[in-house]
Amino acid sequence: MNGPLIELDGVSRSFSVGGGLFMRKRPLHAVSGVSLAIGRGESLALVGESGCGKSTLARLMIGLLEPSAGAIRLDGKTLAAHGRHAVARRIQPVFQDPYSSLNPRKTVGAIIGLPLDVQGGADGAQRRRQVEAMMEHVGLARRLYHNYPNQLSGGQRQRVAIARALITHPEIVVCDEPTSALDVSVQSQILNLLQDLRRELGLTYVFISHNLAVVEHIATRVAVMYLGRIVEEAATGALFRAPRHPYTRALLDSVLTPEPGLGVPDTHLGAAYPDPVNPPPGCAFHPRCSAALVQCRRDRPSLAGDDRARVACHLYVSSRSGLTRRTS
Amino acid sequence: MAALLEVENLRVDIPTPSGLLHAVRGVDLQLDRGETLSLVGESGCGKSLTALALMGLLPAAAQRSALRLRFGGEDLVALPEREMSDLRGDRMAMVFQEPMTSLNPAYTVGDQLEEALLRHRRLPRSKARERAVFLLDRVGITAAGSRLSQYPHQLSGGLRQRVMIAMALMCGPELIVADEPTTALDVTVQAQILRLLKELQREFKMALILITHDLGIVARVADRVAVMYAGEVVESAPVKALFQASRHPYTRGLMRCIPVPGRTRPGEKLGVIAGLVPTPIGDLTGCQFRNRCENARPDCARPGPEFRRLDAGHEVRCVLAA
Repeated sequence: MNGPLIELDGVSRSFSVGGGLFMRKRPLHAVSGVSLAIGRGESLALVGESGCGKSTLARLMIGLLEPSAGAIRLDGKTLAAHGRHAVARRIQPVFQDPYSSLNPRKTVGAIIGLPLDVQGGADGAQRRRQVEAMMEHVGLARRLYHNYPNQLSGGQRQRVAIARALITHPEIVVCDEPTSALDVSVQSQILNLLQDLRRELGLTYVFISHNLAVVEHIATRVAVMYLGRIVEEAATGALFRAPRHPYTRALLDSVLTPEPGLGVPDTHLGAAYPDPVNPPPGCAFHPRCSAALVQCRRDRPSLAGDDRARVACHLYVSSRSGLTRRTS
Repeated sequence: MAALLEVENLRVDIPTPSGLLHAVRGVDLQLDRGETLSLVGESGCGKSLTALALMGLLPAAAQRSALRLRFGGEDLVALPEREMSDLRGDRMAMVFQEPMTSLNPAYTVGDQLEEALLRHRRLPRSKARERAVFLLDRVGITAAGSRLSQYPHQLSGGLRQRVMIAMALMCGPELIVADEPTTALDVTVQAQILRLLKELQREFKMALILITHDLGIVARVADRVAVMYAGEVVESAPVKALFQASRHPYTRGLMRCIPVPGRTRPGEKLGVIAGLVPTPIGDLTGCQFRNRCENARPDCARPGPEFRRLDAGHEVRCVLAA
C-alpha cells in the first residue's frame, strides 16, 4: 500500500491570548498532538463545536500557520521542505463566506486566474482559455468573466471560490464550512458540484462542517475534535451507526432531522463548552460527560484503536479484536 | 375564542433605485395562544420583514400596509407608535439571530434585562432585579446573580442567546417572535436553546413565531408552517401534513435539497432547484416560482394563483394542486 498523501504527526499549535495592562499573556493550545493520515481520494471531515481547533488545523494543513510542534508531511516530505509555492499548488482552500473571501475590486476572471499568475507558466490567451474551461467545469457561465463579485449570487460566488482553488489542479482541497453561508437550495448545488469534482479530478478533501447531515453525505471518514484534540475517528458509516465517544454521541443526538413529532432531543450536555485557556484536567470532556469515571478526572485518555477506528475515552479498551466497551 | 394574532393581506414595500421592491406581498397569518408557527424560506423571501412588520420595527424607508393586523384585541394598523412601543417588549417580544449585535455592548446584562420591566411596569429596580435573576436561572444560566454585572462580550454565544431569551420573557409576553434564534450557534447549543424555548413556551403559555431556513428545526419545533417564496406564503399546513404530503413544487423542491442521515444515500445526487430567486420589483403577475418549476404550465403566468384549501388547515398557492 502507498503511504498517505498528507500526514499529520503529533501536530500542536498554540497562541498567546489575553495580555494587556498588568495582565500576563496566556497560552491557548488550539491544536494539541493531532495525528492523522489522509489517503489519496479520501474525504475526511473534521467536526466539533466552535473553538475545538478544526479551523486552526485546516490553516496548518494549507500552510497558513506553522505548527508549534510536530510535523505535517505531504508525500512524506514536510510542508516547509516543499516550499510555499509547491504547497500552494498542491493544497488549496475553499472558505466559508464567499462574500468576504473574494476581492470585491477584481473581476471573476482575475480572481480565478490569480493562482496561475502566481505559479507562472500561463498568460494571455492560454490563461484565459484555462480560466474559462475551469468556469465551465464548475458551472459558471463564461459571460461572467468580466463581472465583479457583487454582481453574483452567493452560489455563484462559491463557484468562483471553487474554480480559483482548482485552477492549478491541486490534489487536496481544504473546505472550511463551504456551504454554511448558503441557502438550502444553493447548498445542494454546491455539494453536488464538490462530489462531481472529487470523482472527476480524483481530489482529496478535508471538509470542515458543523452540519452533520452534510458530513454524512460527503465524507468518507470523520474525525471528531474536542478542545484541540481528536477524540474519535472512524469511517463515516460506522461512526454514524455506532458512535463510541460520548461526545460524538451527543453531537449526533443534536442533529435535527426533518421528522415531525420527535421534538427536540436532549443532548445531556449540561455544562458549557470549557474555557480553552483553562482546560479541565484529565479527559477534557469529563465535566459534560454523563458516563464519567473517577479516572476521567485524573488521566487524559490517549487515542487508542487501529486504522479503522480510534477513540480517546476511558470507557473503551483496545485489543486485537478492536475497540470494546468496558463492562464495569 | 379569537386568535391571538390575525394578519390579512400584509404588504411591505421598500423603495430602491431600481423601483419599488415588493418584499412582502399579501401575507395572511393566524396564530392561536400557545401555538408555534414557523415561517420558512430562503434569503430574501420576506420572512424576516414579515416579522419586523408585525413588531412595528421595519426600517424607516419601508412602507407597511395591511387589511387587518390584530394582536390580542388591539388593532395594530392604526396604532400610534407610542402605543406600539407600549406593546413591544411587554405583550410581544422579539429574539434576534445574532445576540452579539442585538445586545448593547455598553450596558451590563442586568441593566438590559431590567429595562423592559422598568419601562413597562414601573416596578422598583429591586423587583426587576429579582425577576431578572429568576429568568436567567430559568434559561439555564448558572450563578445568575453574578451575571447581572457582566457585559455581553464576557459571555459565550450560547449564553448571550439565553440572555436574549430571558430578556424577551421579562414582562411575560403573549407572543415571542424568534428570527433564526439558533443559526449562529453550535448544533449542541442549538438543541439546548430550542428545547428551552419550547419548555418556556409551555410553561408561560406563549405563542411563538419561529423564523428559520432549517427544515429540521421546523419539523421538530413547529405546530404549523408557512412556506414563503418571493414575498408570498405559497404553502401553509400543519407540520405533519407539510412533511408527509407537501403540495407546492417549491416546498417539495426544498425537501429534496437537504441530505438526511439514514434517508439520503451518502454521496448520491441531492435535489436542486434550478434558477434563481426573482427580485420582486416591477410586474409580479402570476406564480413567481413558475420559471424554476418543473411542472409549470402556460396558465401559471395568469394573475393569481389563489390560495386553495386542500384539507383541514392545508392551503397551497399553486394551480397544479387541485
